[in-house]
Amino acid sequence: MGIFTFHYYVSLFAVIVLVFIPLLGVTAGLQVIFGIIIPYVAVFIFFAGMVYRVIVWARTPVPFRIPTTTGQQKSLPWIKRSLKDRLDNPFTTWEAVGRMILEVLLFRSLFRNLRSSLIKEPEFPEGKRIIYWSSKWLWLGAIVFHYSFLIILIRHLWLFTEPVPSFVRLIEHIDSLFQLYVPAVYISGIALLAALTYLLLRRMIDPKLRYISLFADYFPLFLLLGIGISGVLMRYFFKVDMVAVKELTIGLASFHPTIPKEHIGLMFYVHLFLVSSFFAYFPFTKLAHMAGIFMSMTRNMANNNRAVRHINPWNYPVRVKTYMDQENDWRPHMAKFGLPLEISVEEAKEMGPEKLEEKAKEHEKFYANSGKRDSTVFPETEFLRKQTEKEE
Amino acid sequence: MPIPKPEEMAKIDYRPPSEGWMDTKPEFREGTHCHASGEKWLKMLDYPFPRTWSTYEEDWKLPKNWKDIFLVGLKDRLNKYRSLRLFFDICVRCGACADKCQFFIGGGDPKNMPVLRAELLRSLYRRYNTTAGKILGSKLTGGRELNEDVIKELYYYLYQCSECRRCSAFCPYGIDMADLTILGRELLSSIGLNIEWAMASVGSCFKLGSHIGATPHAFKDMLEFFADECEVITGIRPKVPVNEKGHEILFIMPSGDYFADPGTYNCMGYLLLFEYLGLDYTISTHAAEGGNFGYFISHEMGKRLNSKFYGEAKRLGVKWILGGECGHMWRVINQYMDTWNGPADFLEEPVSPITGTKFENAKSTKMVHICEFTADLIKHGKLKLDTSRNDHFILTFHDSCNPSRAMGLFEEPRYIINNVLPPGHFYEMPENTIREKNFCCGSGSGFNGDDYLEIRLRGGYPRANAVRHVVNKYGVNHVGMICAIDRAVFPPLLDYWVPGCDLTGIHELVGNALVFPGERERVVDLRKRPLKGKEKEAEKFLEEIE
Repeated sequence: MGIFTFHYYVSLFAVIVLVFIPLLGVTAGLQVIFGIIIPYVAVFIFFAGMVYRVIVWARTPVPFRIPTTTGQQKSLPWIKRSLKDRLDNPFTTWEAVGRMILEVLLFRSLFRNLRSSLIKEPEFPEGKRIIYWSSKWLWLGAIVFHYSFLIILIRHLWLFTEPVPSFVRLIEHIDSLFQLYVPAVYISGIALLAALTYLLLRRMIDPKLRYISLFADYFPLFLLLGIGISGVLMRYFFKVDMVAVKELTIGLASFHPTIPKEHIGLMFYVHLFLVSSFFAYFPFTKLAHMAGIFMSMTRNMANNNRAVRHINPWNYPVRVKTYMDQENDWRPHMAKFGLPLEISVEEAKEMGPEKLEEKAKEHEKFYANSGKRDSTVFPETEFLRKQTEKEE
Repeated sequence: MPIPKPEEMAKIDYRPPSEGWMDTKPEFREGTHCHASGEKWLKMLDYPFPRTWSTYEEDWKLPKNWKDIFLVGLKDRLNKYRSLRLFFDICVRCGACADKCQFFIGGGDPKNMPVLRAELLRSLYRRYNTTAGKILGSKLTGGRELNEDVIKELYYYLYQCSECRRCSAFCPYGIDMADLTILGRELLSSIGLNIEWAMASVGSCFKLGSHIGATPHAFKDMLEFFADECEVITGIRPKVPVNEKGHEILFIMPSGDYFADPGTYNCMGYLLLFEYLGLDYTISTHAAEGGNFGYFISHEMGKRLNSKFYGEAKRLGVKWILGGECGHMWRVINQYMDTWNGPADFLEEPVSPITGTKFENAKSTKMVHICEFTADLIKHGKLKLDTSRNDHFILTFHDSCNPSRAMGLFEEPRYIINNVLPPGHFYEMPENTIREKNFCCGSGSGFNGDDYLEIRLRGGYPRANAVRHVVNKYGVNHVGMICAIDRAVFPPLLDYWVPGCDLTGIHELVGNALVFPGERERVVDLRKRPLKGKEKEAEKFLEEIE
């Protein structure tokens, strides 16, 4: 398999098509569709889609409390738990919140990343040693990507606000501190493109990653690269009429959309269409991890399972065996080895098998929270099983 | 096919094959997969579709409507487990988990990268449970049709995940492959596909009381034997209270602790400790198994086996439960037991009768880990310990997966170790292979059958390699561990990769070090090996007891 896979080509091709659609459409005079209707629809899909996804996840129960613990548990009072332990193995809700903050804002788990390699080791009989390198590149790439994306998003608020809030101006100011070029070069723009390139190359070059990468992995990277590149082109090379752009965006934001009389420039429509595509694509794909991470039960739950009972809403009764079943099976042997019995061997003889069976059923009372001796096995597919068994 | 030599086994190729992963099939050869479960166990458990079948044959004799059953089961679980749906939806295939799995590191099979193992299932979810997959077809969305080859592949690889959760610790979203593995195995179970080793254990445990299938009286007999051994070595014969009502504590240990060496020495350690304390406790023949192979088969089966804990606690009228050294047993207790079979409102909040310590972290489940219990005793100075009796141990400690990543039990066993060993006898393995980053023994989650030895040795390689490091560097001669599966599978693992290195449970060390009033002078340890400086006396002693 070469560097370029089927999924790679299809993704690239898809983004190229997405670039040509507005070029053709706007040339044909469909400014209203590409400047107003599509952006509105895309934003609507984004919000409605995300709400839908979150509702579906939220409606699915969390039957068990399964946090992945990566620090010392809270047990005996004198066993010291450092701040790291409390955040990596939360016992209280607040500690769990702290863990989530680290996870969402600093990508804590990814920061833990290691890279293993097998090297020669003449001192070991098998001749090999496995070593684990600290490996923060993926973490760095991910952090740079997400934060530069966030800054760019905030910077773009100037298009939708009048007057422009001071924090947007401030971020814009800081972002363009290096005045190497006029107009000012935004650090975030360079960082975003660099991070995206890294994330893409990583997928192409690492054979393991290439092996698992799908359309859904390449496409958002190409799409974002398309958005970034079109943005850069529009700002530095194919200049567009920014006054007209703002007229359009303010119109969109205030729900009084108009297409400005002045010609804005094709590159703007390409950029806007790719952004719209991104928004519309977002909720139904892996990009929904943006919301999903907050619901990850291995991270957002406290490891206080033994102190606070977790309830499973569909905890159904299962088939159990009672102690009396065991005693009924082995009574004479148990007596011989001096094990205390509920029913002596003589009594059992008198009672007979039916009565003993009744006793075993009576012992279900000790399993009241678990189930019964004749509860159904795999109840969710029982009807299908019965069907087959009947036919066979 | 014989097991390759270590130098052959350590030649690992991490490059994936040239064709796509959907186009490759696993090869079912001896040593690399778990054998099919016979019908006997399934009948014993009323499990679906008991029949005789073999993984080596083309026809796995699946029930006629297996596809419906599988897909209905998948849909049902998507609506019952947020984990399943969420983890299917949000994985970005960043690959951070890829080289975290010991089966991938030790074998190089790309389908053992957790991300791809999850994709085996996720591809079905995409095809059958997402709109895009249903409309767009398979190739583009990464979905695929469910057919018998897919089922065989799932069987092969879901039983090459030991549910250790190491990948989950490194995943930026905390995706828990263990949870996906369990749910995938449930689906296989629902169409009659199970592995022999696990089902034999589960069937035996359900019917007889423990995985090893000991009858209640044989169980009692084994414990009596250990008590006799204790008496020979220490001059003290511990009581063995079994199935007695009206005691304060129910003690539950994994069957590995009374089945085979060196677990049995650990059991002797428990018995001696309880005798020393005069603990008011009992052991149950029905809840004679702390471990839970059912949990490796399905959540439902896990609950079925676990129900005995509270069932017997209630019948015997104890106040709380104490649990022995075991790995997955403690994942089940810590994360499932109370939810499955609670509330344990008929028990009391656990309080140590010796120190008065309230185990507040266990106030709902009412079950305490023996390492918590013993660490508390040592902290309060309740144990007289002679560390010189462990002078022949140079120890390293293997954190077991479940107490690490499903509990966070790191300091308690280390505190005990540091108090029962002479100073300077304990060395940690490299930091990226211990605590939350520990490596699995390679045989967890139902893999300890010999039909599976090659993969077990591969999966255990990262762990063994770290042991080799401390053996060479510090002269370590024992690996300490608090897991019964570990104690059962480390002997072949170490024999293969690190011959000459032995292993021990932590309470065996406690049993060695405990100084009883009125005991006989100890010249051997619990394994009847001479103590350092007592070699002559030991020789004489061993001759005497012959």
